[in-house]
Amino acid sequence: MIEFLHTISRIIEDLPSVTMTLLGGFGKSIEIFLITLVLSLPLGLVITFGSMSKIKPIKWLFKTFVWIIRGTPLMLQIIVVFYGPGLLWDANALPRLTAVLIAFVINYSAYFSEIYRAGIESIPQGQYEAGQVLGMTKTQVFFKIVLFQVIKRIVPPMGNEIITLVKDTSLARIIAVEEIIMVAQRYISAKALIWPLFYSGAFYLLFCGILTLLFGYIEKKLNYYRG
Amino acid sequence: MAILEIKNLKKSFGKVEVLKDVSFEMNEGEVVSIIGSSGSGKTTFLRCINFLETADSGKIVCDGDVIFDGKSVKKMNAKEIREKQMKFGFVFQQFNLFPQYDVLTNVTLAPKLLAKERPDFKKNKAAIYAEIEAKALDLLSQAGLSDKINNYPCQLSGGQQQRVAIVRALALEPKIMLFDEPTSALDPELTNEVLKIIKFLADDDMTMIIVTHEMQFAKNISDRIVFMDKGVVAETGTPEEIFGNPKTERLQHFLSNTKL
Ligand SMILES: Nc1ncnc2c1ncn2[C@@H]1O[C@H](COP(=O)(O)OP(=O)(O)O)[C@@H](O)[C@H]1O
Ligand SMILES: [Mg+2]
Repeated sequence: MIEFLHTISRIIEDLPSVTMTLLGGFGKSIEIFLITLVLSLPLGLVITFGSMSKIKPIKWLFKTFVWIIRGTPLMLQIIVVFYGPGLLWDANALPRLTAVLIAFVINYSAYFSEIYRAGIESIPQGQYEAGQVLGMTKTQVFFKIVLFQVIKRIVPPMGNEIITLVKDTSLARIIAVEEIIMVAQRYISAKALIWPLFYSGAFYLLFCGILTLLFGYIEKKLNYYRG
Repeated sequence: MAILEIKNLKKSFGKVEVLKDVSFEMNEGEVVSIIGSSGSGKTTFLRCINFLETADSGKIVCDGDVIFDGKSVKKMNAKEIREKQMKFGFVFQQFNLFPQYDVLTNVTLAPKLLAKERPDFKKNKAAIYAEIEAKALDLLSQAGLSDKINNYPCQLSGGQQQRVAIVRALALEPKIMLFDEPTSALDPELTNEVLKIIKFLADDDMTMIIVTHEMQFAKNISDRIVFMDKGVVAETGTPEEIFGNPKTERLQHFLSNTKL
């Protein structure tokens, strides 16, 4: 009992400094998250158009790309981007964070592109035709009719994928980028403390909780109509 | 002079010849119903008229203007096709309203987008939009939808949705209205409210082609009936001739399998 109280009081004592240190690591996690999101959301759309192209070679090129990216672990992709150029061409290694970001953006673009594609293909042909017979141009049909319906349909799967991205940022430590898990792990070797690692989960939980609320709100806003 | 003249229209999908040399003529203000069993090419015929499909060969003249000529090598660009499409209003079997917009916006969306191409748009934007809205409200009230203008399509019955779709097409003042089985997706008790509007348009001398399985309605409303079978116009005549005295065996067979 005394032992337990002693441990608790040690934890409380260390809590402020550990929190600050972990927050620093989590800042890096959020940085990876935000940059990946901002770059891969539009890049995903480019891949979508590529994989829906009427020109067969382009279509298959993009489809193969998506297959490779989705068919291999993100962890491996990070390693390949970081060590690959050096092994293959004797090139200088990229800065660690840059390598992580490249791997993440490529990976998440591929996943997003598939969500976009499913959304676009789920819009009935009749919506396009209705716009067409009313004299709308292709651009007007896409922006005034189709796009909004696509967004409504992809919000739930996008929310899911984006929350996965938050947690995937922990993979960055495979090439020693100091995100929160890596920072927390250091307490084990340096001070024989395991609880900071457990505590790091709270940061993810809180952040994902906020995202969940945000996506719930967007979904509700878009739910003013069915279909 | 015929407002719509179609000569030797042909259309295949791959190896399947869906329209085999269809010729057709109609005058302004005429109401023509197209009947025929499923798969006979009725929908494809309507879709070729307003360029949802491009026919393989033949000629379509609308209002003295050659809108399609299979012989001319020149491919029409999107803008030209759009202009020709605008001569027609098209009503789909499945309504195809825009779910994210309320009833009024469904009707005004296209006219407002088109208005942007008017040279005086920038100067008179407010007045032009007000005029478009007033006209939409007027048409909606004629269709008995005044209390639904702020509802979304998902809040309407199928019959109401189809009435909105008809109003939406009319708002662009087409020369000719094309209806592809406008009541086939509706419960029987809802078909009448849609048929009543089409009847109202007929009394107002709207030029219309109606593909329908409602034989009684076709008989009452049409000036002329076209019977299509396996991609050809197998017989055509007044409702009295078609229903009272069918000449071809195919039509006799079709009518004996269809309840009046
Ligand atoms: N886009 C298409 N691709 C291939 N075949 C089609 C297409 N549209 C229609 N068809 C075929 O053309 C034939 C006629 O169809 P349709 O014009 O819809 O007939 P109807 O409206 O009289 O029932 C059918 O056999 C149908 O399967
Ligand atoms: Mg049909």
